[in-house]
Amino acid sequence: MAKKKIRIRAKMKGDVAEVKTLMSHPMETGLRKNKKTGEKIPAHFIQDITCEHKGTQVLVAHWGVAISKNPYLAFKFTGAAKGDTIKVSWNDNKGESASAEAKIG
Amino acid sequence: MKRRSFLKGTVASSMLGVAASAGLLTPQSILAAWPKAAFEAKDVDDGMEAVLGSSDVTESGDINIKAPDIAENGAVVPITISTSISDVESIAIFIEKNPVPLASSYDLGPTAEGFISCRVKMGKTSDLIAVVKSEGKLYSAKKMIKVTIGGCGG
Repeated sequence: MAKKKIRIRAKMKGDVAEVKTLMSHPMETGLRKNKKTGEKIPAHFIQDITCEHKGTQVLVAHWGVAISKNPYLAFKFTGAAKGDTIKVSWNDNKGESASAEAKIG
Repeated sequence: MKRRSFLKGTVASSMLGVAASAGLLTPQSILAAWPKAAFEAKDVDDGMEAVLGSSDVTESGDINIKAPDIAENGAVVPITISTSISDVESIAIFIEKNPVPLASSYDLGPTAEGFISCRVKMGKTSDLIAVVKSEGKLYSAKKMIKVTIGGCGG
């Protein structure tokens, strides 16, 4: 199994918190073929990402296969303060999931 | 103005209350589940209908798409969508010529700003369409991105 990692960097810029996340995931489309065997590589991709701040959902992303491998996602939100915790979690189409937390700096 | 927003707030919360009591929503999950149909739709209008509930869009100059004019590698095309439209509920990103045009959709909570940045795959040169939903209305912006090496199939 691939390593399931989420890297989060969150920073306050004035009143707005800017969050950047980087996930490790193959994001296989299901359209690619194995060059040796000619068989299709089954789809394996992140479907849902949830970003929470103090237990409230700030952003929910629904992804298709068109998101690049090892996905990057950045977003901004208001109402946060330095030191608050932000939680990011994802679920993929094979039922795997991961989550990570980071403090806003 | 105050009265207007107050009314809107009460209507919205009472509607949510109804939905929650009907068991449609679990607490703290006001946002929808993965829209399977939308990610299977083969054209932009169908996808939009499935994910945003309508395909009736107005072009808007208030949506800014930051993306390369020419993407050398279609497997990784960095894009940033930002908008000055207020009360953004969702943002959806479509790539017209991809096998499935809907690349991703984002449901924004009340505190989220109209800003999303991510990286997408593009099969070939295509229009990228960003659709922003605000107060039930859809606004869109387009940008043509040229792809020299495709990022789908292989």
